Amino acid sequence: MSRKLLLEHINVPGINTFEVYRQKGGYRAVEKALKTLTPEEIVEEVKKSGLRGRGGAGFPTGMKWSFLAKPEGVARYLVCNADESEPGTFKDRYLMTHIPHALIEGMIVSSFALGAKVSYIYVRGEMMPQIRILEKAIAEAKAAGFLGKNILGTGYDLELYVQPGGGAYICGEETALLESLEGKRGNPRIKPPFPAIAGLYGCPTVVNNVESIAAIVPIINDGGEEYAKIGIGRSTGTKLISASGNLVKPGVYEIELGLPVEEFIYSDEYCGGIANGKRLKATVAGGSSVPVLPANLTLKLANGEPRLMSYESLSEGGFATGTMLGSGGFIAFDEDQSIVRNTWNFSRFYYHESCGQCSPCREGTGWMEKVLNRIVHGKGNMQDVDLLWDIQRRIEGNTICPLGDAAAWPVASAIRHFRDEFEYYINEPVKSQTVPYGMANYAVPIEKITVTEEK
Amino acid sequence: MSDKVKVTIDGITVEVDNGTTILNAARQIGGDIVPPAMCYYSKLEGSGGKCRTCIVKVSKGSEKDPRPMPKLVASCRTTVMDGMEVLNITSPEVLEARAGVVEFLLINHPLDCPVCDQAGECDLQNLSYEHGLQQTRFEFERRTFERIDIGDKIQLHMNRCILCYRCVFVADQITNKRVHGILNRGDHSEISTYIQQVVENDFSGNVIDVCPVGALTDKTFRFKNRVWFTKPVDAHRDCNHDTCNGKVTLWYKGENVLRVTARKDEFGEVEAFICNECRFDKKLTADWVIEHPTHIDDTSVIASNHYETLIPLHVIQPNEALQAANEIELHKKVKY
Repeated sequence: MSRKLLLEHINVPGINTFEVYRQKGGYRAVEKALKTLTPEEIVEEVKKSGLRGRGGAGFPTGMKWSFLAKPEGVARYLVCNADESEPGTFKDRYLMTHIPHALIEGMIVSSFALGAKVSYIYVRGEMMPQIRILEKAIAEAKAAGFLGKNILGTGYDLELYVQPGGGAYICGEETALLESLEGKRGNPRIKPPFPAIAGLYGCPTVVNNVESIAAIVPIINDGGEEYAKIGIGRSTGTKLISASGNLVKPGVYEIELGLPVEEFIYSDEYCGGIANGKRLKATVAGGSSVPVLPANLTLKLANGEPRLMSYESLSEGGFATGTMLGSGGFIAFDEDQSIVRNTWNFSRFYYHESCGQCSPCREGTGWMEKVLNRIVHGKGNMQDVDLLWDIQRRIEGNTICPLGDAAAWPVASAIRHFRDEFEYYINEPVKSQTVPYGMANYAVPIEKITVTEEK
Repeated sequence: MSDKVKVTIDGITVEVDNGTTILNAARQIGGDIVPPAMCYYSKLEGSGGKCRTCIVKVSKGSEKDPRPMPKLVASCRTTVMDGMEVLNITSPEVLEARAGVVEFLLINHPLDCPVCDQAGECDLQNLSYEHGLQQTRFEFERRTFERIDIGDKIQLHMNRCILCYRCVFVADQITNKRVHGILNRGDHSEISTYIQQVVENDFSGNVIDVCPVGALTDKTFRFKNRVWFTKPVDAHRDCNHDTCNGKVTLWYKGENVLRVTARKDEFGEVEAFICNECRFDKKLTADWVIEHPTHIDDTSVIASNHYETLIPLHVIQPNEALQAANEIELHKKVKY
């Protein structure tokens, strides 16, 4: 059994209430941080812990905090990004629904570390129940003296607000989130300046994912060095993985980073294998925007070593043979699933969610969706695959925000690894509508290439 | 830090003020190396970064940190650093990406240039011409919208819009009250006035001048004439309006003023915004003090009808190096 830091007490009845959470050792981090530590010491602890942003990019949180500009007389803000809308990712919703106080506690400690007097939790508009839960939790914490004026008699004031968004995926991009929070149209800003210099209302702002903020609590309780012992290499600590797809036990799991992917999929402690006795065809390891990988590359690296659930191991091999941990939205596909159809589905999502500000993404996502739609419905031709490759290449890297990249990568990787399935849809327009393409050689272990020196 | 920084664009070094963008530095050099800009407008604060046509490659970040930037950057929103080296037309990567952007801009554009009033002075037309896309790979229906009259002077033809947001910035910064903006998301976003309200204020006409395409057109000029048949003349009048200096370009056909626009510089940007009275109501020669014919760049189609350039240009320039290299071939009596 691996260590659980965030979901340790998830099964305790009433853990969503203040009393039970407090009994189980909740809000110790607030007491410790506010009474015994200075803000600089907290930032130092987070740096030591090696915690990396859990929202997708994996940027070290401590470093992000230390970049925050601290001009005199200007307010600073902490904004929690709870606009979780990536297809395949639902860990933040789970955390907010069941242990809202973990987020509130993390927010208090983080706000104290950053010197923010007002902090916001920007929640996706569709998550109305979670918004109510958070508001209730904030009221409870306030009644107990952990929020508001003069917290625990230390003289530190903090107001925490929950702000529902409009339900747009683009508002999960940090600058679009800030625009939306200011009451404007949620278009990403053009960077620089980065939010750490000029963010919300032009003031220095830190935007962190729900899970990153909740992970601050165990870091303060046990110390950053203790947290850094968990995990592997530069991927420290535990990570919530939202497992979905054709698995025996889909759900949210807390894993120690460095767990082999094979163990995660097949062990009974986690997903319990592929449902209905079928075989694994492909996985999307970190939410819809990361490259899709066939089974053989999911389980093993190109050099034959087992692939691990960590930032480095998943991205081993770059885009040629690797993927990314992303936000931890793990989707498994069994042998009957169609990667082409799934790519179309993702593409449709990005087409729908593109904000329309910059041209490559606005026009390119729609174009890719139309071409994929044609292929999926048996009306494509061979040039379409090359056309798709060309479109994604021209979107990637040329947009204002990462949404363009996120739309391009799934298409690129699907063509890279599953080109034969695309060709099946084109060559067999009638058959492909009813008969799945199947496994082909996607699970055949890749032969290890060894360099032999010539004598 | 000194006030001046050195930046090299396509091998040409220029010294510019600290805080200048790459695009403006390139404009100081001028010529072919100026990146095209569809959404950036130097007079409108916050504009730019959206169309991505001005993307360039930064091959050296600065003297202190010589690493190249990982991605192509929007030159209109990236400030220069001392010692920065930028590649624009000398980088195949940039030209390829820019061709991609042009293709993206055109896939939903109606290409109704034969009946578009902007034809001849359209930034998108020039951009497509420069990048030589002769056919489209887009085989689907284009997005379409209904034409909307916003007020009695301006027509919005949303099909042609490339969503550069310039008109939104004009409405925000030049006019008193913004009554139009962007609705919806993605490729179905549209410029709109809420429930087809009329755009009514003294400077609303400037949205026509800033529009890079034919999406916002002057209804008083609509279908009157093609712009390349009209003769532009600089003129001015005493305008009572506080912020309008009354300096305009009159577009003549014969003796009639067909339309009035603000004066545009070599990059297609207006020198100063003019009020609606000057633009729409003063269409008699008697209203104006004529200055001189407007200078039109030779590359523009409008110049073909222009009397400022009386001496015909050389159609074929003799290439002396080529002639010297092929002297024997050229002087052969029998070629085959």
